[in-house]
Amino acid sequence: MQSAAPTPAPAPAAIPPPGQDRVGGPSLAARIARAFLYQRELTPLVLLIGVFVVFAIDSGSSFTSTLSIAAAAGYAGPIGAIAVSQVLLLVLAEIDLSAGQVFLLTPWVEYWLHTGGVPVVPAILLALVVAASVGAINGMITVFLNVPSFVTTLATNFILFGVVLVGSNDASASPIPLSGQSGFASSVMGNSNWAEIIWVLVITIILGLLLTRTRFGVRIIATGGHIVGAAEAGVPIRRVKIWAFVLASTVAGLVGIVDAVKYGTLDPGQTGIDYILYAVGACVIGGTALTGGRGTVYGAFIGALLLGLLEDGLTVAGISTNDFYIYVGAVIIFAMALNVQFDRVVARSKARR
Amino acid sequence: MSDELQPDQATPATNGKLALEVRGVTKRFGALEVLRGIDLSLHQGEVLGLVGDNGAGKSTLVKILSGFHPQDGGDLLIEGQRVGLSSVGSARAHGIETVYQDLALIPQLPVYQNLFLGHELTRFGPLRILDKAQMRKLSRQYLDDIHVNVPSVDADSDQLSGGQRQAIAVARAVRVATKILLLDEPLAAMGARESRLIIDLVKDLASSGRVSIIVIDHNFAHLFELCDRLLVLQGGRITVERQVHETSLEELTELMVSSYRAQLEAVSEAGA
Ligand SMILES: Nc1ncnc2c1ncn2[C@@H]1O[C@H](COP(=O)(O)OP(=O)(O)O)[C@@H](O)[C@H]1O
Ligand SMILES: [Mg+2]
Repeated sequence: MQSAAPTPAPAPAAIPPPGQDRVGGPSLAARIARAFLYQRELTPLVLLIGVFVVFAIDSGSSFTSTLSIAAAAGYAGPIGAIAVSQVLLLVLAEIDLSAGQVFLLTPWVEYWLHTGGVPVVPAILLALVVAASVGAINGMITVFLNVPSFVTTLATNFILFGVVLVGSNDASASPIPLSGQSGFASSVMGNSNWAEIIWVLVITIILGLLLTRTRFGVRIIATGGHIVGAAEAGVPIRRVKIWAFVLASTVAGLVGIVDAVKYGTLDPGQTGIDYILYAVGACVIGGTALTGGRGTVYGAFIGALLLGLLEDGLTVAGISTNDFYIYVGAVIIFAMALNVQFDRVVARSKARR
Repeated sequence: MSDELQPDQATPATNGKLALEVRGVTKRFGALEVLRGIDLSLHQGEVLGLVGDNGAGKSTLVKILSGFHPQDGGDLLIEGQRVGLSSVGSARAHGIETVYQDLALIPQLPVYQNLFLGHELTRFGPLRILDKAQMRKLSRQYLDDIHVNVPSVDADSDQLSGGQRQAIAVARAVRVATKILLLDEPLAAMGARESRLIIDLVKDLASSGRVSIIVIDHNFAHLFELCDRLLVLQGGRITVERQVHETSLEELTELMVSSYRAQLEAVSEAGA
């Protein structure tokens, strides 16, 4: 995560916060403790591995089988896609409650266009433009009318659900273009078992780099961390927010199309609000607080994987999936409590300086 | 720097051209009329001090000049050209850099990223990948050059003391100032050593003659050391203007008090 300076500088940045490095170096235990404090992805990663090991011991090969892992990935994919793009908004202290519904709407738009005679590729691209536009509208209403995004996107969530119901005449749709076909393009777009989770992984890496390595990322952190300070430093805070909404919506729409190709049918009655709730859960589990200024894209992906493994593992173990919800709630509270505790320790160690 | 002899104290280091002109600028917040018609001119290479009571509207004027607030009326001219400063970015494009009174650094960003905020060094063209190594290196060099001590350029800014944060905020603007630098109480809440450091930094910049500076401060000793000319802002207008070498602490205090008294009388007459 940390890029080393090429100069033989006196303060190398191996373990943050590097300002605290002492001569002689800290003990191994102290280093590990510090790594967990400052690399928030580590805790959910350990949790993820722990959950995997527990289920693997408990259920053996029926859990570790390709089929079972693919099922876990199937649960994690949609949550992960929405979660990792939601991190950008959470760092901005914003949220997009309509992202789940955009995930569901976008393949509908593609389907409608395609059945109306538009070829597949332009249909997909146009559907993505629609997804991006929803994000732009969410962003502009939030920024220019100065409405909390929680309210803006709650409203668009209902509107988009209505659009699907009205547009589909309450009838489900199939076949989805590219679905069930062989060939490279349709495999990539979702027919392959692993396509969706690989899409999400690639998006995670891109958004992770975006947040930590680019000017846009700095602008997001600055705007979410201290909006007045950012504005005074010349950060175009409104533009930054609108683009983050556009990005989050587009990612949700893109993976929504992949998901539709994977399953082959669209059900108009499905609601998107579930997705966003799981996604925010995954963000929290991954170490992103909802206070703005901080967040980790990679952590959100790990959080989504954790939820996927949990759902799949409980199914395989033959435990009623109803238990799943209790586990999810417990993990979120645990993660949140841990994060708050970590923040406190970090704040105290800073204050002591 | 500070003890250098200044050969020509009588004439400020200006060439007679105007860097900035403010004509009849007004600003109100709701019913509150903060600026009632500000006229001032800033010569090239000049250091102009601005004083006034709390709430006089000094920060509001600075925020108009830095593109943060739009003015309600009046004109701004930069090097003789009328300009509209619609954003911090557009003011910056005209060469205006600002240190705000609230000097907000971003607590979640390390020192070097705060120092470069709004001026990030990036690579790969439109991808705008941060050149972190270069920014770290330049930050370290620059902070060393101006003798600002921070534990590390990688320390988050909420690890710094108030004075250190202030020094970083001032350094950020001074580093990139090309034409006009606005400093809104840059020395507030600073220790003696840090104040000295900032004063020297600003004097250094001023002596180059390239940059014209407006500085707001409550400390007359600082202002007399830094400035060529002083303005007093009262009741939404500039009420007093003095060349520093033509006035004294006593005169300035007296002028401020008497015009304050005059205002009070005007108010009580209007009320009667
Ligand atoms: N954004 C704002 N909205 C409303 N009132 C403001 C705003 N900014 C400043 N004011 C008011 O304008 C007046 C001048 O403030 P300011 O320019 O900060 O004064 P100074 O910097 O001279 O102390 C004060 O009464 C202040 O409360
Ligand atoms: Mg002020």
